[in-house]
Amino acid sequence: MPRKGILVDRPFERLTREQAELIHQASMQILTDPGLISFNREAVDILHSHGAAVESIAGDHQSWQVKIPEQLVLKALDTAPKTVKLGARNPDNALIMHGDEPRVYLITGSETNIWLDVDFPTYVNKADPTKEIRVPEFKPRRGTIDDLCQSAHVCEHLEMVDGYIRTVNIQDRDIIEDNKDVNKFFASLNNNTKHFMSGLTSLKQLDNVVRMAELIAGGKKALEGNPIISFITCLVKSPLQFVDDTTETFIEVCRRGLPIVVSSSPQAGTTAPIKEAGIMAQINAEVLAGITLGQLVKPGTPVLYGSVPVRARMDTLGDSYGSVETSQYNIDCVQMARFYRIPNYSTSGVCDSKIPGQQSSIERLFSDIVVTMSGPQFLHCAFGLLDCNSVFSLLQAVLDDAHFKMIEFFLRQPRIDQPELEAMLKQMREVVATPQKLYIRYIRPVLRSGEISGVYPFEGSGEADDVFELAYEQMKELLARPVEHIDRETTARIFEEIPGILPRLNIYESRS
Amino acid sequence: MSKDIIGTIKENVIQGRKTQGDVGIDDSLAGTPGVVELVQQALEGNISPQIIISEGLTAGMQVVGEKFSTKEYFIPDMLASAEAVGAAMDIMKPVLESANVETKGKFAIATVKGDIHDIGKNIVAILLKGAGYEVNDLGIDVPTEKVVEFVKEEKPGYLGLSALLTTTMTEMGVVIKALEENKLRSSVKVLIGGAAVSEEFAQEIGADAYCVNAFDAVKVLEGY
Repeated sequence: MPRKGILVDRPFERLTREQAELIHQASMQILTDPGLISFNREAVDILHSHGAAVESIAGDHQSWQVKIPEQLVLKALDTAPKTVKLGARNPDNALIMHGDEPRVYLITGSETNIWLDVDFPTYVNKADPTKEIRVPEFKPRRGTIDDLCQSAHVCEHLEMVDGYIRTVNIQDRDIIEDNKDVNKFFASLNNNTKHFMSGLTSLKQLDNVVRMAELIAGGKKALEGNPIISFITCLVKSPLQFVDDTTETFIEVCRRGLPIVVSSSPQAGTTAPIKEAGIMAQINAEVLAGITLGQLVKPGTPVLYGSVPVRARMDTLGDSYGSVETSQYNIDCVQMARFYRIPNYSTSGVCDSKIPGQQSSIERLFSDIVVTMSGPQFLHCAFGLLDCNSVFSLLQAVLDDAHFKMIEFFLRQPRIDQPELEAMLKQMREVVATPQKLYIRYIRPVLRSGEISGVYPFEGSGEADDVFELAYEQMKELLARPVEHIDRETTARIFEEIPGILPRLNIYESRS
Repeated sequence: MSKDIIGTIKENVIQGRKTQGDVGIDDSLAGTPGVVELVQQALEGNISPQIIISEGLTAGMQVVGEKFSTKEYFIPDMLASAEAVGAAMDIMKPVLESANVETKGKFAIATVKGDIHDIGKNIVAILLKGAGYEVNDLGIDVPTEKVVEFVKEEKPGYLGLSALLTTTMTEMGVVIKALEENKLRSSVKVLIGGAAVSEEFAQEIGADAYCVNAFDAVKVLEGY
């Protein structure tokens, strides 16, 4: 049984069918005029051999203008699977995504450099020293592999988290480019039994991480049936460019047939037009170009339509994930992916705020609610992420989980049918005949059935705002709960076959 | 037999099962007699009403109170149990009277003149009845004269006044003043409650206590 996710009964859509059609047509035009610039030779050769017009561009870096004909795109859309399975170490955590079904799976990530510790020092009121309050104090520091293990551990126990994208960049002294991938994959997979998605730091490590996944899944064939890992590559740099190294990675992952996200992240105002019609036509063209390349490499490669559009801040021209338009673009992209019936990777919950607090809650909840309502299949909802995805707070992740429980409840389908209404009329007649005229006794049969939403889980007592302290207590409780690690024998084989994994990650060796 | 039935009464109070038709907190007792039927059986078996009250009903309510304070139980659970106990007290009333067993006290309650809101008042009435008080509910929009008349005639030890609106809360002060004028004020403790009122307001109008909610009302009375 796969995870159930959140099935959105009637997804929220901003575009009419005609508008989606217009965006599609504009994207088709973009792909032939001006077309894409590719800095990757192999992508050019593949596209050229299937009918794309290619022209070399003079300059310091070798690049080509590639014009992709509509027919090629349509054929790719035809071969791209409409259902994608993302497996998991625990098969019950598998995610089955149908492109035309708005069932939302919630995923963590992305990678941040900064880990935010929290402490609760006590402050004394100068005017009245008998008055004391505990205030959360957040301290940023560089993320480590221990932090990654902790994050994967807690996310294993967060009920609403359906899959795991690592939340922190491992910056330990003994982590170098050549061993980063194997360590981040192992640390994540060993502390979390949900689906694991990641980018690659070094293409040289691709076969090592795939082999690791094969060992865990039970062999090459088993991994095909239960792809416990998947990849994300930003092969597109907006506007309309295939980057050399990430495109190479993308092609190699497609060759191995593992699920991959074709991701594009244009910024309205700088790397895409500030107008909605412009950024939408462009991002759609960019993602379709990636999907086309992937299907030409290996038809049937499971791909996700990855969209991370964002609007520029007008004060810094940096990303403004907290802006309202960012959510609008994301919702439009969800609809475009559904237009093609390809499962969508979307984004919500990214905020501009640097620490947990009111701004962070408002920004992330706004996009979490509206983007979830649009029904993306794979929602990278930035559990715990702050400061435009550059900071991770485990405390914030615990809060996000609670908030998504509320969103899940909100999106339940209404139960209004004849038997239900008849039962309600009977209740009314009974209650009206009593002296007190209260329905309270009828609450009890549904009180513990899950039909009634709970109070805010971090509600303080009296007027005190204890949200952070209560969430912190829960975080500690989740960390104390055990996780199901990779078994001893498989761990031994992984350490034997895969070079570069830090010995301290072997829990069996360090315990004995 | 006596121990068994008293224990079962207690268990049914904890489950909040007034009658056989009630499911309770879970379905473990479904279809078996509830508090009303069990108390009837106990009386027919000549079990002392004091034992029924102290070891069955009150002991059960004590557990309910503990479960409520640890957040295992919610208000609807508490009310269901209180309702079951209240119904049992109704059955036992004649027996208690003939045995000269006194209740915890007589409590009159009313929503003051001009106000028709009674959710809080009703909940207080259910809880107090379940806690062993004899409750006289005078209703909603009750004229001051009617309250004074009741206090004069029935001599309740306690009077609860409820108001939701800022426009009607002043009637509480009018009632207290009328009790004073009729030389009845010292005979009755006046408790006030409702969304519009506060501790300060209670002091201002000369009430004996402000009850923040229904449970507080029980606590305040137990303190007298």
